[in-house]
Amino acid sequence: MKHFTRKATRHVSQNEGLIFEKSSSGKAAWRLAPLDVPEVDTEKLLGLSERKDLGNMPEVSEIEIIRHFTRLSTWNYAIDLGMYPLGSCTMKYNPRVNEVVSRLEGIANGHPYQPEKISQGAMRIIKTLSDCLLEITGMEAITLQPAAGAHGELTGLLLIRAHHDSKGAPRKKVLIPDSAHGTNPATAAMVGYAVENLKSNASGMVDVAALEAQMNEDVAALMLTNPNTLGVFEQEIHKIADILHAKGGLLYMDGANMNALVSKVRPGDFGVDVMHLNLHKTFSTPHGGGGPGSGPVAVKKQLEPFLPRPVLISKSDGTLGFDYDRPQSIGRVRSFYGNFGMFVRALAYILANGPDGLRQTTEDAVLNANYIRKGLEGVYDLPYSSASMHEVVFSDKLQAKKGARTMDIAKRLIDYGFHPYTTAFPLIVPGALMIEPTESEPKEELDLFIEAMRAIAQEVEEDAEVVRTAPHSTRVSRLDETAAARKPVLRWKPAEPKREA
Amino acid sequence: MRYLPKSPADRKAMLEAIGVNSIDDLFSPIPAEYRLNRDLKVPRQMAESEIVDWFRERSRENGDGHSTFLGAGAYYHYRPVIIDSLISRGEFLTAYTPYQAEISQGTLQSIFEFQTMICELTGMEVANASMYDGSTAAAEAVMMAVRLTGRRTVAVARSVHPEYREVLATYAFHQGMPLATISFSDTGRINLKELEAAITSDTACILVQSPNFFGTIEDVEAVAEIAHRKGAMLVVAIAEAISLGIVEPPRSADVIAMEAQSFGVPLGFGGPYCGVIATRESNVRQMPGRLVGQTTDRNGKRGFVLTLATREQHIRREKATSNICTNQALIALMANIYMTVYGKVGLKELARQNLAKTAYAADQFSKHGNILFSGAPRFNEFVVQTSEDPYAINSRLLGHKIVGGFPLKKFYPELGNASLWCCTELTSRSLIDTAAGHVAESERSVRSAKEETPEEVAR
Amino acid sequence: MPYPADFKYTKEHEWIKSDGTTATIGITTYAQDSLGDIVFVELPKVGAELTAGKTFGSVESVKAVSDLYAPASGTVTEVNPELATAPEKINQDAHAAWMLKMTLKNPVDLKALLSSSDYEKFISEEGGH
Repeated sequence: MKHFTRKATRHVSQNEGLIFEKSSSGKAAWRLAPLDVPEVDTEKLLGLSERKDLGNMPEVSEIEIIRHFTRLSTWNYAIDLGMYPLGSCTMKYNPRVNEVVSRLEGIANGHPYQPEKISQGAMRIIKTLSDCLLEITGMEAITLQPAAGAHGELTGLLLIRAHHDSKGAPRKKVLIPDSAHGTNPATAAMVGYAVENLKSNASGMVDVAALEAQMNEDVAALMLTNPNTLGVFEQEIHKIADILHAKGGLLYMDGANMNALVSKVRPGDFGVDVMHLNLHKTFSTPHGGGGPGSGPVAVKKQLEPFLPRPVLISKSDGTLGFDYDRPQSIGRVRSFYGNFGMFVRALAYILANGPDGLRQTTEDAVLNANYIRKGLEGVYDLPYSSASMHEVVFSDKLQAKKGARTMDIAKRLIDYGFHPYTTAFPLIVPGALMIEPTESEPKEELDLFIEAMRAIAQEVEEDAEVVRTAPHSTRVSRLDETAAARKPVLRWKPAEPKREA
Repeated sequence: MRYLPKSPADRKAMLEAIGVNSIDDLFSPIPAEYRLNRDLKVPRQMAESEIVDWFRERSRENGDGHSTFLGAGAYYHYRPVIIDSLISRGEFLTAYTPYQAEISQGTLQSIFEFQTMICELTGMEVANASMYDGSTAAAEAVMMAVRLTGRRTVAVARSVHPEYREVLATYAFHQGMPLATISFSDTGRINLKELEAAITSDTACILVQSPNFFGTIEDVEAVAEIAHRKGAMLVVAIAEAISLGIVEPPRSADVIAMEAQSFGVPLGFGGPYCGVIATRESNVRQMPGRLVGQTTDRNGKRGFVLTLATREQHIRREKATSNICTNQALIALMANIYMTVYGKVGLKELARQNLAKTAYAADQFSKHGNILFSGAPRFNEFVVQTSEDPYAINSRLLGHKIVGGFPLKKFYPELGNASLWCCTELTSRSLIDTAAGHVAESERSVRSAKEETPEEVAR
Repeated sequence: MPYPADFKYTKEHEWIKSDGTTATIGITTYAQDSLGDIVFVELPKVGAELTAGKTFGSVESVKAVSDLYAPASGTVTEVNPELATAPEKINQDAHAAWMLKMTLKNPVDLKALLSSSDYEKFISEEGGH
């Protein structure tokens, strides 16, 4: 087997079982302060509602917990270790000052129902972030309530629905390009809209003629990602917006790819009516192994009355407050005000950058993607020749001839010290390799990535088997996903039933 | 800019390699008519010290140094310090969703443990790897019941958190799911007679919360009996997770929708929190959200993977069980560590302290105000009616840096001057005594004001 | 790949074997090959009504889900119990791993379906998945 690159090598990693396998009666990691009020007779207070036994909950000491999770953490790849070339995920650096400020006492311990008088700090954070996001997007009103991108899409579509209902002309369907992320059609269905596919043209962009043909008074909206999931900017975007608006439809923009646009162009300026942002993508809030995210939704004035309640307002005495008197609101999409902790982090990111930092960030993101494109052109098939912005999509067409598919190449990339790129998406590119480096990557890391991808392509030519059976250097080899789905084991169970104490 | 790891020389070399003159060339796909030629009007770039200062000011403006009696769906408990030590590790904090299982075993195994512990605590057979929060978990759980039963209408107890009901209404409105609201009796529990009458052969499920919004523990068995007899499902929401340490979980529920915020998640002015759905194995394919399953690799070694992904948006697209993609993984990790720290014995002890503190507080308050819903057991919240408007009492308490109980007028106007008070293990006896003292003072001054105006007829 | 001559086929890759009044339904070996390892099959209950051309269930692999379309209208009389615990039987022998049996509402429905030679021609034209 070939040698590995300069980036990664093998290292001893600790084994660690499940925490329940370490549990033993009598061990404890907790100690409560003594009770300063009278003891209670639980049986008397709760009667039949009293719980006697907590079953197989673990009992372990503090150091065991520290070692347990520390060892587990060493099995993970992370941005702090190296690049994630995942398309449309925007895995950028998660600044640590964001973590510090979110832990300041008044911010970390603020109760959402505490009086407005002592909530001015949180409200000012919400207001400042809202203003910045409106300026960045060129939109006119915003809600920070949705907890993630998909949640934002749901909210956006609910707003669209409310808009059409208010005109007395509810519509039936939503147009979605075949290159779209899966959350788009899933969300449309949840809101009760039928989904109609919109074909892409030979350049991978929206087929404007097809849109013209499919657009009618039954179409509520077009859900667009721009740049699209190929990393290509929809150049006819204004025409697209006009076609929709002419027949009373709205243009929804999935803001997942904002990292290519911030400070260069604003969606509100090119005809978008409603859009969501992903604070965990463009605005640096940490992915944390899958979440939390935050999906603010920004709209044009006509949709403002329908925003989720409450809405933040400035009162005449200069203080901030929440306005619940919103008769046309779609209601709530989650409790309280949204993922406030992510607002703090996103705002800290914006403040750390300022206008010049934001511009430089976008430029570096696009520069990095194009540098990778140049480095891999000719080595991997490029299905669309249109200019790439912050991400580039290749296909496995050349390598497939030797029996290596995009998933195999991705798995082999792990041996070279990188997390895989996005495989098999977008759907319009069979065998896609979707690569987004983000601005956080130094030239050195990009060169290592290009070197690794070239080496793998070489391996496919010479010995495809090593690629097809990758990864070879990880703690676990490829896992049996079929068995996991056929006979799901979704929790640990003790070997024998534990007897009640 | 200090987050950008490129020197001018790097950029120059890269532009040359690409074959363009300037970075502007790479933005030529954006039609000139839209290109922004000015700076964004956002605050100027700040030094790290300035950022910290700016947020410190906000923290000061946000009630730092205050004590609280607020609960109502968000609870103030002690957070063991190792939670932040561990979740701040870059390998957890900055890791992506564990789609590539070979390099995500840390995240996957910890989620598997989380799922296991939620099952142990709730008495259910499977649990998912987190939803956005308790309110959306409840809405999604209800939609699950609708799919599973093939029925449409939903009966919701009015004693369920008002904001949970609002979220459900938003989701339900567009799914053609009529909602019927069932009132509470003077025990604070759902009115069983009314419930019985409201359930039809088209009722998909009943949604109750236990302990409910008032802190009262519902008679889940009785509700389950009614539901199941009529072919409907029972969905139980749990907002105060600590209750599971000492209150029997709703084992007869079909689906449990939980908020795990009490398990080591900061109040954080409302989010991010951690919703969870737990249910029986037979319902698993209709369950939204990520699931981690155990399996083996090619060498027979145990490992973990995301499984049953075919329910999810990235495969099912418009036929998905939900559109959820990003979840609350890091928050679930906080909850995981918390449950591990307290464990079998600690969670029970902790819950007992909550119960004791609240019982003491209710007792003290009862000497001056009217404690409602005493006909049924409660956990760590109680409702007191005062003669004076609770906003006025709270205003005086605020002067002492104490945040009083949540006035209920907004959500339950018929309860008049009622407010909802929560005591946790962190609520000191002296704080309770001080608050009770203020209530006492308030009652006294109202009484004496009445005595000063004998023409007024006392009610 | 041998496709039984006594079966009829749909363009959605279902097969149907009928004696004129009752019928048995499954998916073709081409379908199971495209899906990969099958992990779950969702089938209707006995007594359910099927409508020709409409979905009646689904087949899941790890990475994909395929809807099942009724080749003909009728009522379900029997569902193969083995598939609930061993869906892999479809991968092993798709033409033997029947999914359900039904009474036919309109036996003429079958006339519109493909013969085994038509079906073989159809899948060779369809090419890769």
